[in-house]
Amino acid sequence: MVCRPVRLAWLLIFLTLYGCAKTPLNNPYPKGEGNENILYSVFSERPKHLDPAQSYSSNEITFTGQIYEPPFQYHYLKRPYALIPLTAKQVPSPVYLDAEGNGLAGDPPSEAVAWSHYDIEIQQGIRYQPHPAFAQDAESRFLYHDLNEDALGRIETLGDFPETGTRELIAEDYVYQIKRLAHPKIHSPIYGFMSAYIVGLGELGAALQEAIQNLAADKNAFLDLREFSLPGAEVIDRYRYRIKLKGKYPQFPYWLAMPFFAPIPHEADRFYSQAGLMKKNITLDWYPIGTGPYMLTVNNPNRQMVMLRNPNFHGEAYPDEGAPGDAKAGLLADAGKPLPFIDKVVFSLEKEGIPVWNKFLQGYYDSAGISSDSFDQAVRLSSGGDAALTEEMSGKGISLLTSTATTTFYMAVNMLDPVLGGYTESARKLRQALAIAIDQEESIAIFRNGRGIAMQGPLPPGIFGYREGKEGINPWVYDWIDEQPKRKPIEAARQLLAEAGYPGGRELKSGKPLVIHFDTTGTGPEVKANFDWMRKQFEKLQIQLVVRNTDYNRFQDKMLKGTAQLFQWGWNADYPDPENFFFLLYGPNAKVGKNGENPANYANPRFDALFDQMKSMENGPLRQTLIDEMVQIVRDDAPWISGFHPKQFGLYHAWYGNTKPNLMANNTLKYTKVDPLLREAKRREWNRPQWGPLVVLGTLLVLGTVPAITSYRRKERGDGRAPLKKSSSTKGPGGDFSC
Amino acid sequence: MLSYIIRRIAYAIPILIGVNLLTFLLFFVVNTPDDMARLHLGMKRVTPEAMEKWKADHGYDKPIAFNPAAEGMAKFTHTIFYEKSIRLFLFDFGRADDGRNIGADIRQRMGPSLAIAVPGLIVGLLVNITAAMLIAFFRATYIDAYGVVLAVAMMSISSLFYIIGGQFIFSKTLRLVPISGYDTGWDAIKFIVLPVVVGLISGVGSGMRWYRTIFLEEIGKDYVRSARAKGLSELAVLFSHVLRNALVPILTGVVVVIPLLFMGSLITESFFSIPGLGSYTIDAINSQDFGIVRAMVFLGSVLYIVGLILTDISYTWVDPRVRL
Repeated sequence: MVCRPVRLAWLLIFLTLYGCAKTPLNNPYPKGEGNENILYSVFSERPKHLDPAQSYSSNEITFTGQIYEPPFQYHYLKRPYALIPLTAKQVPSPVYLDAEGNGLAGDPPSEAVAWSHYDIEIQQGIRYQPHPAFAQDAESRFLYHDLNEDALGRIETLGDFPETGTRELIAEDYVYQIKRLAHPKIHSPIYGFMSAYIVGLGELGAALQEAIQNLAADKNAFLDLREFSLPGAEVIDRYRYRIKLKGKYPQFPYWLAMPFFAPIPHEADRFYSQAGLMKKNITLDWYPIGTGPYMLTVNNPNRQMVMLRNPNFHGEAYPDEGAPGDAKAGLLADAGKPLPFIDKVVFSLEKEGIPVWNKFLQGYYDSAGISSDSFDQAVRLSSGGDAALTEEMSGKGISLLTSTATTTFYMAVNMLDPVLGGYTESARKLRQALAIAIDQEESIAIFRNGRGIAMQGPLPPGIFGYREGKEGINPWVYDWIDEQPKRKPIEAARQLLAEAGYPGGRELKSGKPLVIHFDTTGTGPEVKANFDWMRKQFEKLQIQLVVRNTDYNRFQDKMLKGTAQLFQWGWNADYPDPENFFFLLYGPNAKVGKNGENPANYANPRFDALFDQMKSMENGPLRQTLIDEMVQIVRDDAPWISGFHPKQFGLYHAWYGNTKPNLMANNTLKYTKVDPLLREAKRREWNRPQWGPLVVLGTLLVLGTVPAITSYRRKERGDGRAPLKKSSSTKGPGGDFSC
Repeated sequence: MLSYIIRRIAYAIPILIGVNLLTFLLFFVVNTPDDMARLHLGMKRVTPEAMEKWKADHGYDKPIAFNPAAEGMAKFTHTIFYEKSIRLFLFDFGRADDGRNIGADIRQRMGPSLAIAVPGLIVGLLVNITAAMLIAFFRATYIDAYGVVLAVAMMSISSLFYIIGGQFIFSKTLRLVPISGYDTGWDAIKFIVLPVVVGLISGVGSGMRWYRTIFLEEIGKDYVRSARAKGLSELAVLFSHVLRNALVPILTGVVVVIPLLFMGSLITESFFSIPGLGSYTIDAINSQDFGIVRAMVFLGSVLYIVGLILTDISYTWVDPRVRL
């Protein structure tokens, strides 16, 4: 019979476990957050820079895009992508001037344009997030612009400053940021590129360099960029500024939708220039200051980044029009409602894919991508290649959204190479033969779980000029059969190879086998399978492929020197314009000798002439005609012999709303909404603790000790007269010490 | 003892210089300043001028170890090696290539590493010693045999398996603790439990075998026989006599790792998203950030030397016969 205290203890344990069972124990977030309007997301790599002049990586723009506000943005729903004002009153049309400064009407040809002016007027009344850089005392002196050692001793993070302030956004802040692009200490990645366009930016960089050298001895010295003039960016009045470009660059407004051109108040620059703050990692690079819908309040790139709704946000409404089908998909249900919808966004650092996936399934992350490991659990592909969710996923109310990225991964030849390169008929046929032999569809199916589409030309879907269907296929590689592109048979490739002077994969004159060197930067065990597959593709033509795997730096060196033969590279669109892809094949942009972005060193005079004409045209039938011709030239010359455009798969829980993939915009968080009550209910349902197996295990462990305890007690209570079985100095309880 | 400690610290200086030199050579054999600039500035639209500027700004525009263009001592001091190394000895780690203060980062990341490592060490030590004593107590019985087989089996399995298995069982299936994450204060406990348990299970095999060997060696000695002859219980013999005399080899293995607990664990911290120092060095190697690499290698060397000195000192505490 069990005594009363023991029964009471069991009852207490039962009640404790039962009580625990009511609330999820595996919830990684603080108690009480369950019903709050919070979005939970992940980041896998700590951002390097959050300074808008430096930040260029997608993992950084995830943060800066929500905090900083450049003058323009992309419409969230409309397709094709359209620029709309963000802090500006409207997207201005450029004013073109000739060399004498006379205005040119309409859309003049590039050669007639000497200067382009963009006059941007911003909205009034926009205010910055609360920030200590703006805090002032009663006499309007800044409280924290000259911190002494004592004050610094109490500061560890930006949140330790007791006072904050704000001020109105003015045109000067935009001009200030453009000047920052030239700051030698900032190393903006677009400084070199923009110096070719923004008048005086290069000269400003040189002037700043000199000024910095003069200030070098003083660690606390502040370089006030307002004291330096920049002819290419000037304040017109409090709310208007002008950007002056050399020549004609119609794609420039797209740049004005990137954080590079977001405003920075000079007060922030002054505040963050203090050496004592820099020593504590409190810099503009880590503590952004913006006017956007969110502000970064917790910045621990080793653990968590938290953004809160900016209380000073100027307000914006959810779009009331979109692309066809958006209304039916419920994407216009919130039309006109004030943004942002979410109060707080928590980004947690997760370096490994397994925890992310499991936490998503437990409801602790609101959305997730799909890794190769979890693909089969999440998605099943139909025979036609259409993706659908598995029953497990759809049973949880999860939805799948797919989109083709405005990205091209291509396998290219170095056109300077004596074997694969060149513009002779035989070299062209050799490349075309390889283009047929490399079965990109098979590669996508094997290595990407079908997440991609084979490249038909340099342009990915979603970019003006891309053609769908029969007229969009590469006729040198595909035939149009049964309403879909079908890769030409390998015999066609062999025929081309023979015509190129390599019958059976051997050089006609010498009889030597054709050996091709493939330079790549793959790492990890999985790339070996990829290389083996690649070799098999070339073996179809009896060509030997030598894979030269190297690190990215060595690879870059080879590209710069033009010593590679065949290589892989990729490009992710900066903006939705065909110029941003065709310039990768533009002769004057060659990598060798010019350090441009054309690693194939492709140079076709006709293509270059068409590019010069096309790049400054408005989208329309005439531009489409030029693009069609350019695409055909590239297909015929085949400097890019193969490639694909990746497909992005995203999974979203039922409580996640207003989701539409937008591959250009980086400030989409403000449109997203969650239903925290549904989320909390689902979390409780999916995460009830299971104590049973642990109780059983504990019981077994306790029972397992009983024989040992019994044996020990018997031994200790023995009279020492037990007979010895064996004599050994290292025997246990039945050993020699008992005699 | 003081003179011994001073002598050991003096010995440490040439060792640290050597470690620093070796780190420097290895790093720059693999990476050039051009590589570092290219990697830091990104993949798009990087110009040679931007690379030159980056190198000049970060002090990588000088010769690596010898500057023939300079005069006198400047031939050695106006070099990357001198300028990047000298401040280390004052524990001024300088800035990472992304501008962050390395010292501040290390201080921030030490706490989470210790939050996992200290309970892991203490609990692991207690469990391993207890388990080893139990096995030693039942030596030459079926418990001993099965215990050793189990220990060998457990130490043969990769720690990664324990981590993934632990997350699957305790977090995903039983739903008792979060899969990964970290928090500060008392809220950290729910995140620490699983890594500590997993670390305990993955280390108990090797630990138990190691301590069992030590205890069995001690059990065979004469003083143990004398203790038993006095009529002491076997538990009293083990805990009062055997354990105390086995402390010297135990301390040899334990005290030396105490300072290194600051350095964290790469795999555990990655899988459990612990914001510690474990991945700091690896991330720095991947991003070719020499500032962090040399700081962490230097810190590791210093801590290891400190560990060895502490081990020597601890011998005097547990064994009065030892004099330093």
